[in-house]
Amino acid sequence: MKEKNQKFQKSSYLRDVVKRFFHHKLAVLGLSVLLFEILCVILLPRIMRLDPYSLDVMAFGAAPSAKHLLGTDDVGRDLFARLVFGGRISLTVGICSALIGLAVGVPLGLIAGYFRGPAEILIMRLADIFMSFPSMILILVLASVLGQSVVTITVVIGVLGWPEFARLIYASTLSVREKDYVESAKAVGTKSGTILARYILPNSFAPIIVAFTFRTAQAIITESSLSFLGLGVQPPVASWGNILYYAQSIAVLSFKPWLWLPAGIILILTVLSINFLGDGIRDALDTRMSI
Amino acid sequence: MQQQPLISVRNLQKYFAGKHRGSSVKAVDDVSFDIFRGETFGIVGESGCGKSTLGRTIIRLLEPTGGQVFYDGVDLASLSAEEMRKKRREIQIIFQDPYASLNPRMTVRELIRAPLDVFSRESEAEKMEKVTNIMHLVGLRDEFMYKYPHEFSGGQRQRIVIARALILQPRFIFCDEPVSALDASVRAQVLNLMKKIQREMDLTYLFISHDLSVVRFLCDRVAVMYLGHIVEVADKHTLYEHPVHPYTKALLSSIPVPDTDVKTEKIILRGEVPSPYDPPAGCPFHTRCPYAQPVCRERMPSMTDLGGGHAAACHFAQENLS
Repeated sequence: MKEKNQKFQKSSYLRDVVKRFFHHKLAVLGLSVLLFEILCVILLPRIMRLDPYSLDVMAFGAAPSAKHLLGTDDVGRDLFARLVFGGRISLTVGICSALIGLAVGVPLGLIAGYFRGPAEILIMRLADIFMSFPSMILILVLASVLGQSVVTITVVIGVLGWPEFARLIYASTLSVREKDYVESAKAVGTKSGTILARYILPNSFAPIIVAFTFRTAQAIITESSLSFLGLGVQPPVASWGNILYYAQSIAVLSFKPWLWLPAGIILILTVLSINFLGDGIRDALDTRMSI
Repeated sequence: MQQQPLISVRNLQKYFAGKHRGSSVKAVDDVSFDIFRGETFGIVGESGCGKSTLGRTIIRLLEPTGGQVFYDGVDLASLSAEEMRKKRREIQIIFQDPYASLNPRMTVRELIRAPLDVFSRESEAEKMEKVTNIMHLVGLRDEFMYKYPHEFSGGQRQRIVIARALILQPRFIFCDEPVSALDASVRAQVLNLMKKIQREMDLTYLFISHDLSVVRFLCDRVAVMYLGHIVEVADKHTLYEHPVHPYTKALLSSIPVPDTDVKTEKIILRGEVPSPYDPPAGCPFHTRCPYAQPVCRERMPSMTDLGGGHAAACHFAQENLS
C-alpha cells in the first residue's frame, strides 16, 4: 500500500508536465501531425508496396491518377512514393543534425558559463566566429568538398548548429551558477561535474528543448534548400528538397503543380508542427506555470 | 563551562576589486573574534555592512584577502582545495532565502540526501533511514519526500534547508539571516527548531541578522558590525543592557517597544552610511556619530577590552561604560 502510494507521488512532476502539455492545443496538434508523418514514412512503404526508384515507362510527368496518386516525375517515378521516402530522409537529417548540434554545443556552453576564465573566452569567441560565417556558403563548400552523401550533410548541418546551443546554455548557466542552491551545493563540497549535471543543466534545459525543435525545423529547411539547389541529397535518393528541385522550371511551376506542391505543403506543415511542439514543451516544463 | 574556541578569526580581510583600476571595496576589514564551542554567535549590522561577506569568507566560500580563520586549530586558508572539500562535511550553511536555496528540479528526498551522496559510501537503505530521521527531527512529514520545493510554504522550505544542513551531522552552521524571509508567525517556529537541534546535536552557530530581537532571542554573544569593522562585542545581556559604542546604542534604541507607556529616547542617526569605496579616515562611524570629537576624525580606534569578554572600538569606550 505504502509502496503504491510512493510511486504515485513520485510521478507527480511528470504527470503535471504531461497535463500542461495537453492543455496547449497547438502543441498537441503539432505532435499529432508529426507522429502521423513518422508513422506514414515507416509503415506506408510496406503497406502500399511503394517503390521510389522504379520507372513507369508509360507515364513521364503524368498527372495524378488512380495508379499514381500524386502523378509521376519526368522520368516516370511515382511521386507519392518519393514523397514518403523523401520524408524518411528529411526527418532523419533534421532530427539527427539537431542532436549533433546539441551534443556539441551543450557541454561547451556549460563549461564556458560555469568555469568562466580562459575556457569562456575560447569557447564563446569560437562560437562568435562560427556565427559570423554565412552558414549557407560554408555548408555549400563543405558539402562539395566532403561529398554530398546524406551522412555528410547531416554532420555538417549538425556541427554548424553548435553555437546556438552553446550560447543559450552559456547564458542560462551564467545566471544559474549564482543561485543560492548552487552555492549551497558548493558549500557541502559537491564536485563540479555533479553541480553541472544535477544543478545547472536541469535548470537551464527548458530553452534548449525549444532551441532543439527550432533547430530541427531549420535543419530540414537547410537540407531542402541545399537539395533544391542540387547540392544536397542527390537523386535517385529522394528528399523533400530535391523533389522541390523540379519547381526550378517555370513550366513545371505553372503547369504541373503536382510535382512540387505536395512536397512544399508537407515541408511547411512539418516545420510549423515542430515549432508548435517546441512551444508546448517549453510551457509544460515550466514548473511555476499553473495548470 | 570551559570555553574553547571552535573558530578563531584573526585580522580577516576581504576586499573586492572596485569599478576603477586599483580601487577596492573593503567589505571586511581587519576583523578578529572567537566563536566558542556550542554557542550561538550573532553578528548584527545594517544592510551592506559586510556581515554576509564576513560569514562567507569565514567558511571559505569566498577567498579571504588577508588574515586567518582557525577552525578547531587548523588554518582553513592553508588547506588545499581537496582538503577544504573534505572539511565541508563539518561546516554547513543555512541561507536567507529558502525560495532560492533549494534546487527546483529536485524532490525533498533528493535535496536532503544530496550532501550524503557527496561524502558517504553508505548503502541506499542507510541513507534513506537518515533522511527519514532528519525529516522527523525538523518536523517534515514522510509524504513530503517526493514533492518539489515549489509545493511548500516558506517555513516548510526553511525546514528542508535545515534538514539538508543537518544530514551530515556537522559541528558548525553558518546561518545567513535564516528567518528574515519568513513571516513573523513562522519565524518563531523556525527559531525554536534551531534552538532545539542545537541542544540535541551539540552545534555551534554563527548567526547573521539585521533583526535585533531575533538575535537577542537566539544568540549567546553578539558582535555589531559597521562598514566592514566590528565595533562592539559582548555577551548578549551586556550588549543589550549596557552598550558602549554609540552605533550600538543607536541600533538598540531603534527596537520598537510594545508598550505605549514606556517612553524611550530614540537616537536618530543623521546622514547615510559612507560609501565603502571611500570610507572615512579615522573612526568609520565619526561621520554620523553624535559624540564625535576631533580625535575620531584622525585615528582609527582599536578594540578596547572592557572586561568579561566585552570590547568596543571607540576612543571613549571607558568613559561610556560609566
